[in-house]
Amino acid sequence: MSLLPNAAVLLGKELRTEFRSRELLTTTLIFILIVIVLFSFTFDPTSDESRRFAPGLLWLAFLFASSLMLQPCFLREQHNDTLSALRLSVRDPFAIFLAKLAANTLFLLLTELLLLPLFAIMYNVPVLSVLHWLVLVFFLASLGISIAGTALSAISAQARMRELLLPLLMLPLLTPILVASTEVTKALFDRTPYVQWKGIGFLAVFDVVFLTALWLFGEYLLEE
Amino acid sequence: MYFSLPWDRHCGPSASVVCCAPVRGSPVTSPAFSPVGLRFENIDKRYGRLLALRRVTLAIAPGECVVFAGRNGSGKTTLLRVAARLVRPSKGTLNFSEEPHAGESQEIRPGFVAHATMVYDELTAEENLLLFARLERLPQTEHRVDALLREVGLYDRRASLVRTFSRGMRQRVAIARALLHEPAVLLLDEPATGLDPQGVTWLAQAIRRLRDSGRTILMSLHGESEIASLGTRAVRLDAGSVVADTRTGATFRSILTFADA
Repeated sequence: MSLLPNAAVLLGKELRTEFRSRELLTTTLIFILIVIVLFSFTFDPTSDESRRFAPGLLWLAFLFASSLMLQPCFLREQHNDTLSALRLSVRDPFAIFLAKLAANTLFLLLTELLLLPLFAIMYNVPVLSVLHWLVLVFFLASLGISIAGTALSAISAQARMRELLLPLLMLPLLTPILVASTEVTKALFDRTPYVQWKGIGFLAVFDVVFLTALWLFGEYLLEE
Repeated sequence: MYFSLPWDRHCGPSASVVCCAPVRGSPVTSPAFSPVGLRFENIDKRYGRLLALRRVTLAIAPGECVVFAGRNGSGKTTLLRVAARLVRPSKGTLNFSEEPHAGESQEIRPGFVAHATMVYDELTAEENLLLFARLERLPQTEHRVDALLREVGLYDRRASLVRTFSRGMRQRVAIARALLHEPAVLLLDEPATGLDPQGVTWLAQAIRRLRDSGRTILMSLHGESEIASLGTRAVRLDAGSVVADTRTGATFRSILTFADA
C-alpha cells in the first residue's frame, strides 16, 4: 500500500515549495485582506448588520481567494512536465490529488485563521466563544473547496483559456458550500449562538461524496 | 556486496570501489534488472481528429539502442510517451517483451527523459532526487542519491536550487532522476536539446555506458550526431507511421539525415 506514504512525501514537497516561495499564501492573504477592508470602509456596518451579512461576505471572500490559490495547483506541474514525472513514480495517482488537496486545505485554513481576528475587529463580531465551532466549519468548508477545486484545477490546466476556466467551473459547483458555510457561520455569530448541525452535516457529506468521486475518477483527469 | 550505479555494470574492480556505494546488496557483476524488450502492436493514437500514431508495429530486442528519427510532428514523442505509459494508445497494445501477445506487464517501469527536465526548479538537485526516490520507495535513498549525484557530476552543487542551473546541469539532474530506480528500459526524447557541445559529449558518454550496461534504449533525435551514432537501429517515422527501419550502415545514416533510404 503506497498511497499514504506517497501522499505524505508529496505533501512534504508541496509545503516545502510553498513555504520557500510563499507565493500562494501571500497572494491569498492580501486578496482576502483587501476584500474585508474595502467592504468595511464602504458599508461601515453596525454590529447587528455585521451579524447578518458578514458571514456571507467572509465566505465569498474565501471562495474567490481559493480560486486564486487553486489556479497554479496543476499549472505549476506543467512548467517542467513534473506531472509526468510524478505519474511515472507513483503507483496510485490518487496520491497526487491527496497531497495537493491536503496542502490546499492547509493553506486555505491557515489564511482563514490568520484573517479571522482582523475580521472580528473590523466587523465587530465576537468570535472567541465560538472559535472551536468556527474552526470546524472552516475545516469542512476548506476541505470541500480544496477537493472540488483540485479536481477542477487538473481539468482546467490542460485546457485553453485555463486562467478563466477554473473560476467558471469552480464557483457554481461550490455554491452549496458557500450557502451551507454561510448559514452555519451566521448561526454562530447570532446574539445567542447555536450550532446548525444540518449545515455541518451537509458540508461533511459534500466532502465525502467529492473525495470518493475524486478517488474513483481522478486517474482519468491526469491522462493526456 | 555492492550496489552498482546504473551505468557501471561493466566497470572493473577498481572502478567499482570508486563508483559504487554499498547500498542494495547486489554484487556489481549481477545487474539489478533483467534485459527487457518491447513490442508495439498495431498502435494508434488519436488526439481529436489528429491521428498522431497509425498502426505502429515494432519489436525491439532486449539491449537494443533504437534511434527514432523524423520531422516535427511525425509521432516520435507520442510513441515514447506511449512506451512510458504516459499516453494510453487509442488502439493496439504495448508489451514489455518481444513475444507477441505476452500480456501487458505493469511491473516494468521505464526511465524517461523528456524535452522538459521533469524536475522542480524550486527544489535543490538533492531534494528533487530524494523526492522521486522516496516516491519510488527505493531502499536507502540517501546513499543512492549521493551516488547518482557524484556520477552526473553534480555532487558539489547538490544543495543548489535547480533554477540556478544551466540547461546542461538540469539535463544531468533529469537523467539522474530517470535512472533512480535502475530501469531496464530507458526512453530519451530529444535528450540533447539545448545542450552545448560539451554537454552533448557528456551525454553521449553517459548513453554509451547505459547502452553497454545492457539497457534497452529508445531515443528520438534530429539528424546525425554523436549521440545518434550510438544507435544500433534506426527507425524513421512519418505522419505517425513507421516508414523505414534498419540496423545497417548506409540506410541507417539516410534515416537520420532524412535522405531517401
